[in-house]
Amino acid sequence: MKNYTKLILVALSLTLAACSNSPLSGGFGGNQNGLDGPGVGDGSADDPTSVAYFMQTIGDRVLFDVDQSTLNDAGRTLLSQQAAWLNSNPAYMVLVEGHADEQGTRAYNLALGDRRATAARAYLVSQGVDASRLSTVTFGKERPLEICSQEACYSQNRRAVIILSGGINS
Amino acid sequence: MKMRAIARGLILALTLSPVMMGTGFAQSGPLRIEVTDGVIEPLPIAVPSFVAENAAAKNLAEEISRVVVSDLVGSGLFREVPREAHIANVTNFDAAVRYADWKAINAQGLVTGAVSVQGKRVIVKFRLFDVFSDKPLGDGLQFAGSTDAWRRMAHKVADAAYSRITGEGPYFDSRVVFVSEAGPKGQRQKRLAVMDYDGANVQYLTDSTSIVLGPRFSPTGDRVLYTSYETGSPRIYALDVASVSRRVLDSQAATLSFSPRFAPDGDTVVFSRSQNGNSDIYTMSVRGGAQKRLTSSPAIDTGPSYSPDGKQIVFESDRSGNQQIYVMPAGGGEPKRISFGAGRYGTPVWSPRGDYIAFTKQNKGRFHIGVMRTDGSEERLLTSSFLDEGPTWAPNGRVIMFMRETSGANGTSSLYSVDLTGRNLKRVPTPLGASDPAWSPLQK
Repeated sequence: MKNYTKLILVALSLTLAACSNSPLSGGFGGNQNGLDGPGVGDGSADDPTSVAYFMQTIGDRVLFDVDQSTLNDAGRTLLSQQAAWLNSNPAYMVLVEGHADEQGTRAYNLALGDRRATAARAYLVSQGVDASRLSTVTFGKERPLEICSQEACYSQNRRAVIILSGGINS
Repeated sequence: MKMRAIARGLILALTLSPVMMGTGFAQSGPLRIEVTDGVIEPLPIAVPSFVAENAAAKNLAEEISRVVVSDLVGSGLFREVPREAHIANVTNFDAAVRYADWKAINAQGLVTGAVSVQGKRVIVKFRLFDVFSDKPLGDGLQFAGSTDAWRRMAHKVADAAYSRITGEGPYFDSRVVFVSEAGPKGQRQKRLAVMDYDGANVQYLTDSTSIVLGPRFSPTGDRVLYTSYETGSPRIYALDVASVSRRVLDSQAATLSFSPRFAPDGDTVVFSRSQNGNSDIYTMSVRGGAQKRLTSSPAIDTGPSYSPDGKQIVFESDRSGNQQIYVMPAGGGEPKRISFGAGRYGTPVWSPRGDYIAFTKQNKGRFHIGVMRTDGSEERLLTSSFLDEGPTWAPNGRVIMFMRETSGANGTSSLYSVDLTGRNLKRVPTPLGASDPAWSPLQK
C-alpha cells in the first residue's frame, strides 16, 4: 500500500511541475475559498509548514472503492497524517472536495461525492482538527482527474481532495 | 370517422410489413405502439411545396413545407414520397385534389399548404388528405404569427397531421433545455441552452463561468429550474427563460441542493437537499419560504419526479444497498420500491401521460434507457451504450430524449431521441457537446 501511495505522490509532483501557475492542482471551481489568496503559495517542499510539503510529503487525496464512501485503511492512514499536519499548522483552512468516477448517474454521483467529502471531513475532526476550519463540496463526476474510461483512471477519480487556503501569512 | 380511415391505413401498413413479422409486435396492448424491436414500414406521405400566395411568401412556403416533412419523417412513422415522383402539381390550395395522381405514386397521406406573408406576419393554411379513402382527414387549419416564428407554424402543421393520423398527442411544437458542453472531459465548460426540439434556434441562457446541471422546464415552459455552482457548491436556481434572469432558491449554509423539478402546479419545487453528507427529498415553493422534508433515510434519496396528477413522486434511493426506484405519496410517506431487476436504477421520470416511468439503468458495465409501468412491471430497455443517462419525455409521452456519452479521454456527450417502443434511435443535432436534456411542454 505504501508503494501505491508513493506512486500517487510521484504523479502528483509531475502534475505540479507541469502546472506552475496552479500550485493547488487538485482543486476546482475557481470562485471559492480564495485558492489564490494571500499567504498561499507552494513555498518550498523543504519547509514543513508549506502547502508544497503537504502535497508532496503527506498527500492531498484519499481514494475510495467503487460506489463506496467508507474510508479504507489507506484512506484512514493518510487522513491521520493530514490531521496531524493540520493540527501543527492551524492557520490553514481546509476545503474537502468529494468526487466520483463517471460510472454513475449525475445526481447520484453528486450525493456520493458529498458523502465522500463528509466522511473525510468527519475523520479529520475525529483526529482533532477544529471543525470550523473544514468545509466540504461535491463535484460528483463533473471533474475527473484522470480521463480514461478504465479502472486505472476511475480509481483515481473516486477521491476526496484536501484544498488548503490561508496559511501562516494570512 | 374520417380520422379512423387513415389511421387504419397506418395500422395496415405496419401489419403488412414483412420485417415486422419476426421481432414483431409485443404480446398485447394497442397495435401501433407496442413494438419492441425491428423496423416498421413507415407510412408514405406526399408533401408538395406549399403554395406561395404572394411573392413575399415564396421562400417561406418552401421552407415551411420542408420542416413539415422533416418533422413527420423524423418521427419514424412516415416516409416522404419524393417530389420528383409527384404527378399532380399543387398550385392552388383550394383546387380539388386529384386522388388518382397520389394513389398512382402510393402516397397514403397528402399534406397541402399555402403561405402568405404580409409585412412581419405570416399565415399558414394546411389540409390533410387520406388518399386511399378519397377524403380530407379533418378540417383545414390556419395558423398566423410573426415571420420570425415560421418554424413554429411548420411544427404546428406537422403536429396536426401527426396527431390526426396516429391518434397520439402532438410534440413537434416544443423546445428542449439542455447543458451545452465544451472543453476536455476533466474541465468541461457547461452552459444552459434552449432550442427547438429538432435542434434549431439554439439560445444560450447562462455563460460558462459556473458548472450548471440538470435543467427542467416549468409546466408552462416559461421557467427553468437547474443546479449551479455559482456560489461554489451546488444550489438550485430558477431562471425566467424570456428575461434570462435567475435567482437562487435554496441558500441555507452548510447544505447543498440539486436535482430540482417542478410539480404540475407550477409552484412547488421538489429537490434533493444534503446536509452532513446525507441527501433527502424536500419540497418548497418556487417563490421561497419553508421547506418540507419528504424522506429521512440515511440513504442517497434523489432524482424526484411527480406523477402528472401531482399525487405521487417517483425517486431513486440506495436505501436497499444500491440505487433503485421508489414511489411515495406527494406529501411524503412510506415509499414503495418498484424496480427489482438486475443492476442499478436511477433518474426516474414519470411520463406526461402517466402510463410509464422512464429511467437510467446500469448493469454489467453498460448503461440503458428504459421504461416500466408505474408499478414496476413490464420493464423494457430501449437503448444500450457505454453511458446513456437522464431520459426526458416528449409532451405526448411517445418519444424520449436522453444524453449519450462516449468513452475514453476524448469522450463527448450528445443528445439522442428514441421512441417509447425502442425504435427510431437518432442523434439530435447540437452545435457543441450536449447533456441533461429536458423537454418542454407543448408550446401554446
